[in-house]
Amino acid sequence: MATSSSATLSKTVKQQYMDLPQGDKCQAMYLWIDGTGEGLRCKTRTLDFEPKSIDDLPEWNFDGSSTYQSEGSNSDMYLIPAAMFRDPFRKDPNKLVLCEVLKYNRKPAETNLRLTCNKVMEMVEDQIPWFGMEQEYTILGTDGHPFGWPSNGFPGPQGPYYCGVGADKAYGRDIVEAHYRACLYAGVEICGTNAEVMPAQWEFQVGPCEGINMGDHLWAARFILHRVCEDFGVVASFDPKPIPGNWNGAGCHTNFSTKEMREDGGLKAIEDSIEKLGKRHSYHIRAYDPKGGLDNARRLTGHHETSNINEFSAGVANRGASIRIPRQVGQEKKGYFEDRRPSANCDPYGVTEAMIRTCLLSEEGDEPVDY
Amino acid sequence: MPAMSLSSRLNKAVRQQYLNLPQGEKSQITYIWIDGTGEGLRNKTRTLDFEPKSLDEIPEWNFDGSSTYQSEGSNSDMYLIPVRMFRDPFTLDPNKLVLCEVLKYNRLPAETNHRASCMKVMEEIKEHCMWFGMEQEFTLLGIDGHPFSWPTNGFPRPQGPYYCGVGADSAYGRDIVECHYKACLFAGINIYGTNAEVMPSQWEFQVGPCEGIEMGDHLWVARFLLHRVCEDFGIIATLDPKPVQGNWNGAGCHTNVSTKQMREEGGLQYIEQAIDKLSKRHPQHIQMYDPSGGKDNMRRLTGLHETASIHEFSAGVANRGASIRIPRQVGQEKKGYFEDRRPAANCDPYAVTKIIASTCLLYSEDKEESM
Repeated sequence: MATSSSATLSKTVKQQYMDLPQGDKCQAMYLWIDGTGEGLRCKTRTLDFEPKSIDDLPEWNFDGSSTYQSEGSNSDMYLIPAAMFRDPFRKDPNKLVLCEVLKYNRKPAETNLRLTCNKVMEMVEDQIPWFGMEQEYTILGTDGHPFGWPSNGFPGPQGPYYCGVGADKAYGRDIVEAHYRACLYAGVEICGTNAEVMPAQWEFQVGPCEGINMGDHLWAARFILHRVCEDFGVVASFDPKPIPGNWNGAGCHTNFSTKEMREDGGLKAIEDSIEKLGKRHSYHIRAYDPKGGLDNARRLTGHHETSNINEFSAGVANRGASIRIPRQVGQEKKGYFEDRRPSANCDPYGVTEAMIRTCLLSEEGDEPVDY
Repeated sequence: MPAMSLSSRLNKAVRQQYLNLPQGEKSQITYIWIDGTGEGLRNKTRTLDFEPKSLDEIPEWNFDGSSTYQSEGSNSDMYLIPVRMFRDPFTLDPNKLVLCEVLKYNRLPAETNHRASCMKVMEEIKEHCMWFGMEQEFTLLGIDGHPFSWPTNGFPRPQGPYYCGVGADSAYGRDIVECHYKACLFAGINIYGTNAEVMPSQWEFQVGPCEGIEMGDHLWVARFLLHRVCEDFGIIATLDPKPVQGNWNGAGCHTNVSTKQMREEGGLQYIEQAIDKLSKRHPQHIQMYDPSGGKDNMRRLTGLHETASIHEFSAGVANRGASIRIPRQVGQEKKGYFEDRRPAANCDPYAVTKIIASTCLLYSEDKEESM
């Protein structure tokens, strides 16, 4: 049974300690993205008060040489609090604090994509851009094999699992239920969940979020997912193609709209954006996974409800296209559109920034503009 | 089934029923002391007819030193002198934990009672308001002595993803850390924070800032709480400075130090003066930085794995390969504190803080003889 040893530690004993009162003290857990651009790290400090807003939280620092982010000889890096959530593991008054990482010279770390994303979002604030991201993921045992799959083998082919119910269809629902509730408690904008096409694969959606909030809320939701899985002794993977062969990959479909698109006649603005996206396909592919497109190359094959990585396409209700316009939007002539290209392990700051640059700032060519 | 003690499988619900019994006016006082090894902690409990409100209300006691490597059987009584009181996070209010100094039959300090001489030094340097913060690293082991959650008779993936990590494949045994943190907050220990360390199953908590003698008191009791929490879960915390040979980090007790002058504007010059004095007494410090006169640290301070070599003294800003590290922020603000990275995880904090205080504030080259 490939669940971790930690999961066998007595939770009754744990609860007795977790119920201890803590006086005026508050535990603030600082979270950040490490040098891989996908991994999350965390450490905690005690505060003598309950912070009411992000401004109450002090800057901190950490050893970047242990997170693939700096050399040992010059290892200090800064943590700048960016978004605060309630802590669903330690509960009130304790907090989770998502941070930006700065290098020793106060410039953004290589994998700190939030800084430029924020700049770009501020530039288009008046257009009220909304995002909704559909985070797919696969639950694995600590042996790396999908959770619930027979050891050294495979379940029956895809078909019955999507939105399924029953012990032979839904593998690991407890994780999804716990994660959903934890996100609601924390204040993350989680708007839904469903079982996915591959067994042991699930999806949750975060949104609608305006501007920079999309990245903040999705990263916080990912941290909560990893932490919930840790408690259960299993692993959540955002690998975009965890099992080669006739098994679905995992994406992070990104839904997007502006005020104009949401109002009557908005379909025109949607079509304009799609046309701009069509001219900048390779720039977006580079922004849509942490390896400049290499991860997505395993996933975007043109099969399994994906478009081919080499071509750009768009269509109403078409899940084999790069961009899908929902049927309802096609009919009401306003709403939003869905970019199906981002990989499950994408950086949402990078994805949302690319959307804004191309669609609203009308950038062209392979490089982003330095404003 | 991982290597957890039989005790941990005793029914905790049954235990809770008994621990919930009211105890009337009586209170249970657990006396804690350091044994003859200089690393081990011992404890025994007595009933008082009242809840003590301060230390003066707690009587002296005694114990059989021939059973703790501290005296001969023929003359075995040793004295326990209460020095600091905390709330008891295991049996809860009104019960107390009381840290004690050990005196021999002739009322002189026992060999491993470094508190007595530390107290004298701290009194002498009181006006400097010397603050300490100690970063206690430790490793979780099963009762088979193998690190907790490591594959039986094997090793996990190499170091890289574990430092501040999250997820069942990165964080081994977080429950212990969470419970220990809450227990410390309840007890009144000045716990500053926690994080997962570079080696899997290795963790760190920080105690401080504490002034003078408080540092040793709070750290020793925090260690007692750690051992007691691990005991409840059925696994072991080791403070061995190099628990696994090879390309795996050791465990230290980095000690952060500042005086009032160092914390004020222009304090950097006092920091540099202190470091200069420390550089002249490297072997004397190494001798006090673990309970075996430096032998334990020889296995750890190799110059690799973010340590300085035991044979050389070095210092540098943001340099984790040096004996003394000046944090980047301190280098920039020209005031603050410095970090001595040499003490081993199993050091005696009284011995460490005493020699740091002596060298930095009482030492001059002509006084070396008398120190």
